[in-house]
Amino acid sequence: MTDLTPLTPLGGASPRVDTLGSVTITEVTDRALASVATRKGMDANQGFEALGFAGAPAVCTMAEASGSRAWWMGPDQYMVDAAFDQSGTWAAKVKDAMGDTASVTDQSEGFCRFDLTGDGCVDLLQRLCGLDSETMQPGSAQRTQLHHMGCVVIRSEAGWSVLGAHSSAGSLHHALLEVAVGLQ
Amino acid sequence: MSGYRLSGGLVDHGTALGFKFDGTSYNGLQGDTLASALLANGVQLMGRSFKYHRPRGVVTSGSEEPNALVELREGARQEPNTRATTIELYDGLVANSQNRFPSLKRDFLAINDLFSDFLSAGFYYKTFMWPKAFWEKLYEPAIRRAAGLGSVPQENDPDAYDKGFLHCDVLVIGSGPAGLMAALTAGRAGARVILAEEDNMLGGRLLAETMSIADQSGSDWAAATQAELASLPNVRIMPRTTVFGAYDHGIYGALERNADHLITPGAGKPRQTMWRIYSKRAIVAAGAIERHIGFANNDRPGIMMANAVRAYANRWATATAKSVLVFTNNDDGYKTARDLMAKGVNVPAVVDTRDEGPEIECTEVHRGAVILDTKGRHGVTEAIVQTAKGYTTNILCGSIAVSGGYSPNLGMTCHQRGRPEWREDIAAFVPAGDLPPGQIVAGAARGVYDMGNVMADGVSQAKQALNDLGITSKVMTLPEVEGEATGISAYWYVPSKKRAWVDFQNDVTVKDVKLAHQEGYVSVEHLKRYTTLGMATDQGKTANVLGLAVMAEKTGKTIPETGTTIYRPPYVPVAMGALAGRSTLENFRPKRLTPSHKWAEEQGAVFQEVGLWMRAMWFPQKGETSWRESVDREVIATRTNVGICDVTTLGKIDVQGKDAGEFLSKLYVNGFAKLPIGKVRYGLMMREDGMLYDDGTAARFAEDHYVVTTTTANAVLVYRNMDFARQCLFPDMDVQIISTTDAWAQFAVAGPKSRELLTRIVDKDHDISNEAFPFMGCAEITVCGGLKARLFRISFSGELAYEIAVPTRYGDALVRRMMEVGADLGVTPYGLEALNVMRIEKGHVTGAEIDGRMTALNMGLDRMVSRKKDCIGFHNSQREAQLDPNGPRLVGLRSLNGQGIHAGSHLMNATGEVSAWVDQGHVTSVCYSPMLKEYIGLGYVNGGDQRMGEKLRAVNPIKNYETPVEIVSAHFFDPEGGRLRD
Repeated sequence: MTDLTPLTPLGGASPRVDTLGSVTITEVTDRALASVATRKGMDANQGFEALGFAGAPAVCTMAEASGSRAWWMGPDQYMVDAAFDQSGTWAAKVKDAMGDTASVTDQSEGFCRFDLTGDGCVDLLQRLCGLDSETMQPGSAQRTQLHHMGCVVIRSEAGWSVLGAHSSAGSLHHALLEVAVGLQ
Repeated sequence: MSGYRLSGGLVDHGTALGFKFDGTSYNGLQGDTLASALLANGVQLMGRSFKYHRPRGVVTSGSEEPNALVELREGARQEPNTRATTIELYDGLVANSQNRFPSLKRDFLAINDLFSDFLSAGFYYKTFMWPKAFWEKLYEPAIRRAAGLGSVPQENDPDAYDKGFLHCDVLVIGSGPAGLMAALTAGRAGARVILAEEDNMLGGRLLAETMSIADQSGSDWAAATQAELASLPNVRIMPRTTVFGAYDHGIYGALERNADHLITPGAGKPRQTMWRIYSKRAIVAAGAIERHIGFANNDRPGIMMANAVRAYANRWATATAKSVLVFTNNDDGYKTARDLMAKGVNVPAVVDTRDEGPEIECTEVHRGAVILDTKGRHGVTEAIVQTAKGYTTNILCGSIAVSGGYSPNLGMTCHQRGRPEWREDIAAFVPAGDLPPGQIVAGAARGVYDMGNVMADGVSQAKQALNDLGITSKVMTLPEVEGEATGISAYWYVPSKKRAWVDFQNDVTVKDVKLAHQEGYVSVEHLKRYTTLGMATDQGKTANVLGLAVMAEKTGKTIPETGTTIYRPPYVPVAMGALAGRSTLENFRPKRLTPSHKWAEEQGAVFQEVGLWMRAMWFPQKGETSWRESVDREVIATRTNVGICDVTTLGKIDVQGKDAGEFLSKLYVNGFAKLPIGKVRYGLMMREDGMLYDDGTAARFAEDHYVVTTTTANAVLVYRNMDFARQCLFPDMDVQIISTTDAWAQFAVAGPKSRELLTRIVDKDHDISNEAFPFMGCAEITVCGGLKARLFRISFSGELAYEIAVPTRYGDALVRRMMEVGADLGVTPYGLEALNVMRIEKGHVTGAEIDGRMTALNMGLDRMVSRKKDCIGFHNSQREAQLDPNGPRLVGLRSLNGQGIHAGSHLMNATGEVSAWVDQGHVTSVCYSPMLKEYIGLGYVNGGDQRMGEKLRAVNPIKNYETPVEIVSAHFFDPEGGRLRD
């Protein structure tokens, strides 16, 4: 075990939580993330089945299984997450499941994630991105731009997750925060 | 003779609101607009006209207002050109008139009016021509000072503005009788409906009329309908929201005024929100706009649209004067006369241009009569009426209600170049078939005027929209309404030698339109540009048709033959702040922070935005007085001991697949398919035209796995090009790519003691000795007790150097650890400036040299270009001109006078002419080399590789400087490369 102390994408020692009116914005740092890209002429469904899913997620959807989420990112491209552990072996586990059917890349650090809960989430998202968040159902995952930042917005039973680039976590959080302040 | 407060209306007589106009305090009522409150306080004079500085008062009661423009609020929140008719009154409101000096009543520039014969349309084009030099310095500034409207504050706007996106099946624009019925029809059918209304209350003209709807007042019926709509979960009602533009694919721009009716928005709350509304169908129920009639001096304060006078009386309980004369060419004017008399306002007469019209009691009707002229200084006091028999009679009045008929509100229907068609029976343009896709028009906006018909049309158009969308509509029962007389006989202007205004806002008169015709500007588009008719904040909403009618008469054409100009978004002015949204100041762009940002801040690093990244440029230490001192120290410390630099910003692209190697060989000029696992190779990428556009490295971690690095600036471009190549050029290859730039914190560790430093953090089971891990090696290792990491032995500085990458969250801790364990080795953080100095000393290129105009040959790197394979750009790089031995070659430059060389300077021969014709090349990068203790640079010189030792001048004739330089090898420091291989 390394003795180096990690920082959250927002630069804190622990994840930040802000409750503003009817929205709570939570920085999520305890998920490991791996990207999956189907190889030429291959089928990644079996790999996802091995991870407990019904198959590769359909376009613009997110599935949950065995404590993991998998969602569609683009043609033949997916993300799949799991609880983070310091060993950094999640991508290797996914690769084991996929075998030669897909290329797998560790993206645990590539993204920051903010979870949104509360009644004001749709109002918040309507002021930030072009998605029709009002009609997005649990199990939806869509790519969009949020204040010029490429993001993924996921709707689950638990609420909403917004994933953006790790390096611009501060700008993404600021965008979420200031609109939430305006909605209070 | 001025205005006063009536009883009734939709204002709250029990709630007084204090406000100031031009420094004078007044009281208004809750529910007032600034215009109605001023009128109720007897204030008619609200502004000065654009050109002649004529006294002007309010003309309308809506957003089409051309005259009553004020500067609303004070200080940083001051907003110019705000229409008094749309400003909801609030307690503490402050507004000032504009375009006058020193005061509204005594405006020095009113002298312009006396010289109006000289200031006709196009006067400045003809007058201010000589001497030519005077235009920019004298004429234009003077004209700009004299003309124009309000002033903008110089401070930053302190308020926030939001931007957002909404989606619906049916967008209903306008909540008058047609809009409400359309929204109700769509809402009851279960469609997702957005009802946008620019007013703060729903109802449109129902709020200003006295007729009953289903045995209720219009406003009560509107309120009941609003209540039903509000109860439907599928309907979103948006009051105070102006739809200002119809864009592609059913997208409409809308501005919601969240806090304009408050003294200040709450902390952090938006003043306005700009919405993009994605609609499947849009129903434009924007009503019609009343137009006036041209007659001499028809612009005096108190002369208003008849329906506005009626609205002030009925909705805002305000009489515009004690005595109001009505001048009309249609039946609607009579309604104003009746409503005013019912409220106890004296109507001395109705002047009707027609020989026949409705009957009316309690006032005199002059049929076939016109108003010849008016009198009054700061407001109308008298009208000179010519009767049908040719007699003139003077009628005293404090206000004249003018109705020249209605023009459907076409703006939104023409935003995609739709051309309306003329309907003679209503003397108005109506939308034609060429509407924006998905748009439907209902009610008065398409020339349906009778209230019953308007409501029926709202239902029927909504049903059409629902039918288009496959939504079943429900049976709708129309409320019972009284019939309306809507007869009109077109009458445009009363002939006169005096000035009769067509466009109040731009001071365009009937004479000006005639002059434009006389001077050959007969096309409506030329008429608009020459006279400015229809321009500025009101877009000529009340003026356009009248102007066209005058032009049609002069050209002997019909109005439809004359045509109309194009309406463009925005329908009403939109504040720049709303367009900017939250993207202002430091939030204008997203920022990208490196993993060591927090630590670098603690070290006092000076940051600069590079792309979106905030990069540490240098790390000043106590006692250092200039950036050069810091940079020189960082360079020397790195070259002597060891330095650390965060290079996370370099693009990283994970390339996998069984064809990954072949794929990279297609992209790079050099080969990568045979790169051994555990090795890194430097590569160059060309565009299709054979010019280099990026350089970087690719490291091979497995047979089917490479990690490509790009320059910081081109990370996105390279990724995009790679994806294009993968999908479109080589679709049969098995290649997958994904960016991992953000996933790894990467640090350059450079200097003779770099290996020693790394040995202290790399876990013991990894051998990084020179033998086990030589130059251009790469490996997946662990550091600091099992943390996975990647180590690359590459060097940009020319030193023994490594780049070490760890998962991003540990970047901060890693740099702190390296600084801690390397303290005794003299470890020093260095920034981008020192990095730049070291790479210039070494002759390594960056974006300054790879500027998109150079080939590998120009850069002296031709040997890297493989002839054994094809790659993107290869053939074009071999064109004859690209192979010219006298073409540009990268060289080093030494300053010969101890002064700095300036980047961007052009190189000329040591003596002789300085001109583009004898240009020998240019300087790309410069620095002071603390190692060589002289100023050096890199640049391109024609045939430079054959001209070593030659002396040139680096010149900048614009900034007037010149430095003698000598051409030398670009490899200033350690040309043999011994240091990086040790």
